[in-house]
Formats: sequence, structure tokens, C-alpha cells
Amino acid sequence: MGDTLFDGRQARKGYALNKMCYSFNSAENRAEFQRDEDAYCRKFGLNEAQRAAIRRRNVLELLAAGGNVYYLAKFAGIFGLDVQDIGAQQTGMTKDEFKAMLATERK
Amino acid sequence: MARIVGAVMTSHIPAIGGAIAKGRQDEPYWKPFFGAFGEARDWLARVRPDVAVVVYNDHGLQFFLDKMPTFAVGAADEYRNADEGWGLPTQPPYRGDAAFSWHLIESLVADEFDVTMCQEVLVDHAFTVPLQLLWPGKVACPVATVPVMVNTVQHPMPSPARCLKFGRALGRAIASWPADVRVLVLGTGGLSHQLEGKRAGFINRDFDRMCMAKIVEEPDALGAYSIPQLVELAGSQGTELVNWLIARAALAGRVAKVHSNYHVPISNTASGLMVLENTS
Repeated sequence: MGDTLFDGRQARKGYALNKMCYSFNSAENRAEFQRDEDAYCRKFGLNEAQRAAIRRRNVLELLAAGGNVYYLAKFAGIFGLDVQDIGAQQTGMTKDEFKAMLATERK
Repeated sequence: MARIVGAVMTSHIPAIGGAIAKGRQDEPYWKPFFGAFGEARDWLARVRPDVAVVVYNDHGLQFFLDKMPTFAVGAADEYRNADEGWGLPTQPPYRGDAAFSWHLIESLVADEFDVTMCQEVLVDHAFTVPLQLLWPGKVACPVATVPVMVNTVQHPMPSPARCLKFGRALGRAIASWPADVRVLVLGTGGLSHQLEGKRAGFINRDFDRMCMAKIVEEPDALGAYSIPQLVELAGSQGTELVNWLIARAALAGRVAKVHSNYHVPISNTASGLMVLENTS
């Protein structure tokens, strides 16, 4: 099936990234991130791959860098992106194509 | 003695909260979902629960990866909702029942479920959205609540078989509370969905329909799945089915299905609703 389970290995790898994204529950922290993204990433100790994935807003890269989707959703929320936006990005579809796919009965 | 009137299982998708906030319940996209709750509310008006034990998974409002309890129980007289980062309006505080919560904790631990005890819990959309669906338009939720949180964020997660046992222990804990209260068990989440990876948008209608059929009379058949099998068959967030299993297993007596609904899609998710009455 090709899914990476978010297990202890992933949780260790992505700890700093997920901790930063968890901080985005707070509007104050979201604003601080937006004032200087890279400074905010450094404050949480993100590694180079994680910082690059944040800069590129690339969900598959963020997952590969240890991101957990529940915390990443808070990062996406800063830009007003919902789970269908990130679903479309990850599957290489437009949002309309992704929504049409969801509504189609597949076997 | 306390009596469990039944269980309601429902999806808890954040977009539902957004639709409620914007008053979109009657729009064509939303009507097949919201329209199904009338019968659930009629049933609630008939059985009149005093307390709702809400079995759900936190999504990174209360718990972070620094400390991740497998099973946790709230033990406060009030629970607050808060900003989750993507614009849902914050709901008013929910009334708790700390004495009842501590009884549940005492009973669960005596029954070999060593839960994490929480005197402060920020409750997220998986708690608030189902209560808004069942008691809409109220300034404050009319029933007291007990949050019961299950880890479905980080593997290893408790297996479906373990969750059925936890649900049975929860049912025994509720039934041994001496106060004369009517208790609703609410299991939230599911059904099939996957938010992340190349398989984002995965939904499995056949599997969901099978689960909704089996959970009424044969919940143990669902206890045979492992968590990795659930991920494969129901998507990575389809593991939230364990919250339904706990709620179902808390009903010890004969169970009758009052109402159910299945509608795809709501946001990225196959939405399910199930109302089960405890008939004995």
C-alpha cells in the first residue's frame, strides 16, 4: 500500500517540525512565523530538509521529513489551505479533480 | 444506579463545524449529511441522557508527541475548546462531572486499564462537532460530559481487540456509578479516510458498509483486524473506527439499531452515523 506509518522512528525524525506546527494552535505564534519564517524554523531547530520543505509548502516532502499530518494541517491552515487542497497537492490533481475523485464510487 | 441509554457514533470532520458556523446545513452538499441527524435528536429527546461520555481522538490541540497517552480520561467540572489553527469558531465551555469521571477512572484502573488522568483538557473538534450535531443551536451543551481520549495519532495504537475490551470496561465503570443518571456513550470519528501521502483521498465504501453492519450485532468480528490492516482497508485516519468500537462495547445488554446513515464524501471523508439503543 506504500504508506509510511507514523511510528516511533518517524516521530523522532519529525519531532522539531511537528513541535513547530503544534505551536501554530496559537494565533500569536502563527503571526510570529509569518513575520520571519526562517527565524521561526531555526528557533524550533528544524533541519535543512525540513526548512526547505516548509519553504516549498510541499506536503509530501514534509511527510518524508517526519511530519505528521495532524500537525501539518495547522501549518496549512496559516495559508487558508484545507485537507482537500493538501490532498490535491499530494496526488498531483487540481482541487476540483480531487473533489470529483472523492465523490466517485471506486472498486 | 447509572444506566447507559445507548450509543451514538458519528464522524467528527472539522468542515462540519465550519458548515454549522456558516449555516450551510440545507445546502445540497451538506443536506444528505445534516438531514440524517433529525432521527438521532428525536431519539435523544426520548431517552433524555444527563451525561455524555465522549470517546474520541485528540488531533494535536491537547496532546503533542512529547507525551502521548494511549487512553486518557478527563476529570474536571469544565472543559474548554480552543483555537486549532484553521479558523473554526471556539465553542463555549462544556460542563463536566468530576465526581463521575473519578469513579470511571477508579473503576477502569481496577479493571486493569491504566488510563492517564487529566484535570485539564482542551477539547478539540472531535469532541465539539458531534455535540453540536446532537444538540444544535444551544448556547451551551445541555448534558454533562466526560472526555475519553484514544491515541490514533502515533503508532503503536491500541488494537481494535484491545479497544473492545476497553469499551467493555468503560461500560462496567459507567454501570457501577451509584447516581441515578442516564448516560449516552458517544464514539466519534471515521469512517474511511486518508489525509496524507499519495493515497490521500482513499475511501472504501464496501469496508465501511461492512463495519456499519457488523458493529450492531457482531462487534467482535471487527476486533479481528489489526491496526495496519485498518490503515490498509480504511485509510490512515480510518483507524478512528476504534472510537466506534469502544462506544459499541460499552453497551452490555441487548442492542437495537435505531438509525444509521452513510454519506460520501464530506470533505475527504466517508461520513457515518449510527444510533444504538441499549434495550436491556
